[in-house]
Amino acid sequence: MRPKDAVITEIVSETPSVRTLRFDITFDAVPGQYLMVWVRGVDEIPMSISYSNGITVQKVGEATGAIFDLKVGDSLGVRGPLGNGFALLGERILLVGGGVGAAPLALLGEEAAEKGIEVTTILGIRGCDDLIFRERFEGAGDLVITTDDGSMGICGRASAGLSCLDLEDYDQIYLCGPEPMMADLIGRCGGMEAKIQASIDRYFKCGLGICGSCSIDPEGIRPCVEGPVIRGDRLLGTEFGRYKRGPSGRKR
Amino acid sequence: MDNPVMLAAGILGTTGASLKRAVLSGAGAVVTKSVGVAEREGHRGPAVVQVEGGLLNAMGLPNPSYRHFQEEIDIGRDGGAPVIASIFGSSPAEFVEVARGLDADGFELNLSCPHAERYGAEIGCEVYNVEAITRAVKESSSVPVWVKLTPNVAEISALGLAAERGGADAIVAINTLRAMAIDVESCRPILGNRFGGLSGPAIKPVAVKCVYDLAGAVKIPVIGVGGVSSWEDACEMIIAGARGVQVGTALGNAEGYGIFRSISEGLSIYLDRKDMALQELVGAARRFP
Repeated sequence: MRPKDAVITEIVSETPSVRTLRFDITFDAVPGQYLMVWVRGVDEIPMSISYSNGITVQKVGEATGAIFDLKVGDSLGVRGPLGNGFALLGERILLVGGGVGAAPLALLGEEAAEKGIEVTTILGIRGCDDLIFRERFEGAGDLVITTDDGSMGICGRASAGLSCLDLEDYDQIYLCGPEPMMADLIGRCGGMEAKIQASIDRYFKCGLGICGSCSIDPEGIRPCVEGPVIRGDRLLGTEFGRYKRGPSGRKR
Repeated sequence: MDNPVMLAAGILGTTGASLKRAVLSGAGAVVTKSVGVAEREGHRGPAVVQVEGGLLNAMGLPNPSYRHFQEEIDIGRDGGAPVIASIFGSSPAEFVEVARGLDADGFELNLSCPHAERYGAEIGCEVYNVEAITRAVKESSSVPVWVKLTPNVAEISALGLAAERGGADAIVAINTLRAMAIDVESCRPILGNRFGGLSGPAIKPVAVKCVYDLAGAVKIPVIGVGGVSSWEDACEMIIAGARGVQVGTALGNAEGYGIFRSISEGLSIYLDRKDMALQELVGAARRFP
């Protein structure tokens, strides 16, 4: 498909470095699916969907910086929804988000709660200023917050939030956040990797499974079409948590 | 080669893992993404966009440079099929530097990428460049050298003959057709590079004609590439004169890597039904002058 024109209807400042953009079109997406977002004249980047008609963007580079310069009435080109999102399985689920990784999980939590699934969320953030979507997670179920600086909730990483829970209680565990955090959590879930679904981040260029830039060693999984949500047991023994490749294909 | 169905250059060939997966999925040989002298990140996005009948791309030759690519070739070779390194450069000397720097089962010279300044088709549309670069790489390497040609010329056979004179072991045809798509809402060209190359079903009839013309002009084998998405497409390329086929854009179809097996199995069933060997099918269309 060619990029669709998505006109910005609302901009919400979630934190100083995170904004939500709502559009005049809806995406009919499974939570965890993504859009290739064309910031005209700058670049095209993958962004996860945080609302049926919105994305939540953290300012990290040139393209996301350019998105921060946009105003209501401006537009972006969007291809998607693309890829495989989260599969809702079981009666009790645990969501673990780190930073802006909360974005697709909020959509998932709302959808799960609507279906009567019991939802518990752990959000790991640097400090209380980085908290996003508190009401959405609290509306879906229980919310545990961890902060690196101790300014809110439990002091520590997201994994510190696990200490008050028994992972055996959950039918499915959903992760989205920085890769070291997700790799650490998968490492702590010995034997339960198959009930983990992790949304992973790689350098996506085509979004169609043909360019190979996101390919994961050693089996060549293509997260842009086979993911971005991948089961934890498929990530064991892979490059996940160890390295990734940059735009040239070189490891870094 | 028993299995004539290969992975085309530029598709999934960035990593050894992808090359190996293609082989384990049934590719008879695999061609890497093009590798050059220096590391390149490629053009800004969008780098690929779906259009009527295929894909338009301007990746811009992203590659880690040959200095960081041998490991990928070696991993690809674990699959058990030949790994052909696609290489590019702006001069015979650059091509030779890359070829000398890599240990592969063959080289495919990218003289045809339509969207990178100073590389690919910019030099590969001139017969003397094709001949000189082919000869330079041939003289500095002991493995087969294939030359991938651009269709964006008046007479592709002239390029094929130049490659043959330079000592090429095979011709690969075709690379993408120069093309463009424009976003009507913003009036902007969609690709970050503004224009790029068209691949997929839309270009197959063009590729079939190029293969037919080349096979009639040169004595060395021709490998057909351009829009091959099914065993019938592969068959058509072979009947036009191709000794092998490469598959690229179709890897993005729902069956993904499964396409290699579905093409080679379909081809086998066809040959059994016709009670023919693959060699007998090559260029069979020439019986009807």
